[in-house]
Amino acid sequence: MLFQPINRNYHDFSIVRDKDLCINCKVCIRQCSYEAHFWDESRQKVMHDNAKCVGCHRCEAFCPTSALLIQKKRSDFRDNALWRPEFIKYIYKQADSGGVLLTGMGSPVNIPVYWDKLLLDASQVTNPSIDPLREPMELKTFLGAKPVKLEFSKTKDGSPKLKTRLTPNIELNYPLMFSAMSFGSINFNLHIAMARAATELGICYNTGEGGLHKTLYQYGKNTIVQVASGRFGVHRDYLNAGAGIEIKVGQGAKPGIGGHLPGEKINAMVSETRMVPLGSDAISPAPHHDIYSIEDLHQLIFALKEASEYRVPVSVKIAAVHNVAAIASGIVRAGADIVAIDGMRGGTGAAPGMIRDNVGIPIELALAQVDQRLRDEGIRNRASIVAAGGIRCSADVVKAIALGADACYFATAALLAVGCTLCAKCYTGKCPWGIATNDAKLAKRQNPDVAAKKLVNLVHAWGHEIEEMLGGMGLNSIESLRGNRDKLRAVGLSDTEMDILGVKHAGR
Amino acid sequence: MAKKLTLDAGGIYYRQLNEQIREAVAAGATDIVLKNVNGQRYLAGALEGDLKFEIQGVPGQDMCSFMRGPKVRVKANAQDGVGNTMDDGTIIIEGLAGDVVGYAMRGGKIYIKGDVGYRVGIHMKAYMEKLPTIVIGGKAGDFLGEYMAGGIILLLGMFSGMPAEPIAGRSLGTGMHGGVIYVRGGVPQEQIGPGLTAQPLDESDLAAIQGIVKDYARELGLDAKAILASEFVKIKPFSHRPYGNLYVPA
Repeated sequence: MLFQPINRNYHDFSIVRDKDLCINCKVCIRQCSYEAHFWDESRQKVMHDNAKCVGCHRCEAFCPTSALLIQKKRSDFRDNALWRPEFIKYIYKQADSGGVLLTGMGSPVNIPVYWDKLLLDASQVTNPSIDPLREPMELKTFLGAKPVKLEFSKTKDGSPKLKTRLTPNIELNYPLMFSAMSFGSINFNLHIAMARAATELGICYNTGEGGLHKTLYQYGKNTIVQVASGRFGVHRDYLNAGAGIEIKVGQGAKPGIGGHLPGEKINAMVSETRMVPLGSDAISPAPHHDIYSIEDLHQLIFALKEASEYRVPVSVKIAAVHNVAAIASGIVRAGADIVAIDGMRGGTGAAPGMIRDNVGIPIELALAQVDQRLRDEGIRNRASIVAAGGIRCSADVVKAIALGADACYFATAALLAVGCTLCAKCYTGKCPWGIATNDAKLAKRQNPDVAAKKLVNLVHAWGHEIEEMLGGMGLNSIESLRGNRDKLRAVGLSDTEMDILGVKHAGR
Repeated sequence: MAKKLTLDAGGIYYRQLNEQIREAVAAGATDIVLKNVNGQRYLAGALEGDLKFEIQGVPGQDMCSFMRGPKVRVKANAQDGVGNTMDDGTIIIEGLAGDVVGYAMRGGKIYIKGDVGYRVGIHMKAYMEKLPTIVIGGKAGDFLGEYMAGGIILLLGMFSGMPAEPIAGRSLGTGMHGGVIYVRGGVPQEQIGPGLTAQPLDESDLAAIQGIVKDYARELGLDAKAILASEFVKIKPFSHRPYGNLYVPA
């Protein structure tokens, strides 16, 4: 094959089929949306093309005789610490196509995960630990501006009455929310599932920038509606449908660039919800073209507050970048009630690989700096902080809150809960697990009832674990942990890193 | 409350003014004159229904943002952000307007007599029966119709206070993937975004322009015949998926 591309055999995975176990039942053929498995008519048996395998493990999970094993294919290039195999393959692909490398999901690159370098405290002897199974434990969280002070007046019978007018807040039963994943990037079954799960849990999910389908307005109390640069499906009813409005300025996986939902993913229902034509690309410009400054951001924040008659808080979501603390300060001064910060490990349906893997900073450092800056400037009460981008487990949540977050957004974990295996091919629209696809045949692999149950289970489990960790520290309220960095210690970090995080080394 | 109402906006902060307007509308006012307007923001923002506004004085930023339905006439100039993400309705500006007019507007009409600033009509959309239209009587700054995804922009270049400027700034229609921009009398190729060219009209274009111009001229007291007494060109996207072939799976 003289003319085959140079990288034809440098695929990422190999399909290992056990000949004795395979019964040629063709389940793998039906399950694989990438057509890696096929029926060979001449040999009368199921065969496969390794080059088409994306490593999603769908066939492996569904093979009734466990005959399949998906393995990494080690293309044995000569060891080279600089020219690692991914870079070699990138060059072959780009030399063939001239294309920008496109990826999905959060960055897999080896940037330090500071969650793993932070350890939590527990009470011993003094300040006794609390058992959440038998004692009250408060995870309730309010997102939005808080007053500088509370003033009371006395009623006729002498009882106090709150005089201070409170600004609107979002009430959450857990310090958790499902972060923005647009309808279009993931399908409707998962939007129903998130809406139902959020409602059952008393938390919120975020619509992402793809609008809100009219059948989901009933879950508005548990919905944050997002306004991004493309303004898809944004109108007065939409702005008044939710418990909060979020301006998406940036996303951790792709700071500084816009979004681009390919025409293939725009079916009738997505078109109806985004209010854009069928099959046409839905392009979100990199900036909002009405926001070129903090003053402009102030203008949009208050345009949204006017449109919603000041009934809901307005959040501004930014990617964690170098000057994130100063930017967050500007956002709060511009009138945002919530600042959402998305770290560089945050997920995405599609992002250029170079951006995803090289732009931005980890959420841990950004969060600590933003919290500190807002405290130093005396404006921390004016906005809540929501941390996002790589929250994997309840301990990450607890650490984030101790670093200063009011709540955490999580999305990749939510997708994992419904079967995602992080194959990172979301942008193809062929997700074999029925998640990042609008193909009706694939999307029906997600049953909204089952998916909602799994999401509820996950948050319940995390909630229990958060309560255990809080109780262990002798705290009976998540509020007592917010920005309480004394509950954190670092292992193996430099003085600079500990200074940025505002934590002491373990042993101190 | 009477259906007709005059509010004196003099010295009132935008928040109170908009609250008064919302209260008046809730009480049944449908025809509202705002006197002595002086930079108040978000006027007629997110209002819905068959309402009429006459604005005397210069309204502030983001006038008619998220609006759905009302007809708003500005007797003077307007600032930036007119009709931001507007859904439906009509805006008539008897003077000129600033930057970012009709950003992401999905439906309705914006008629401006004079010049406009930068980034006008960015990411205009069209959906089903909704076909947003912007008519600019004067000249436009850079990036007119950038990322345009639908709708019609009609640029006349006639009632301009900037005789030395080209009819449109640079990067006209850059990245457009829907809709059409009509320009009276033509536009230099170097002002047009990459991949796009000014093309001659066909019958349906001519009919569309005639309909729009008649309405525009009637609303602004202009002579439709004089406006139509010139050639027009159109700029249309070369693809509804301009960036379809940009990527390779990593």
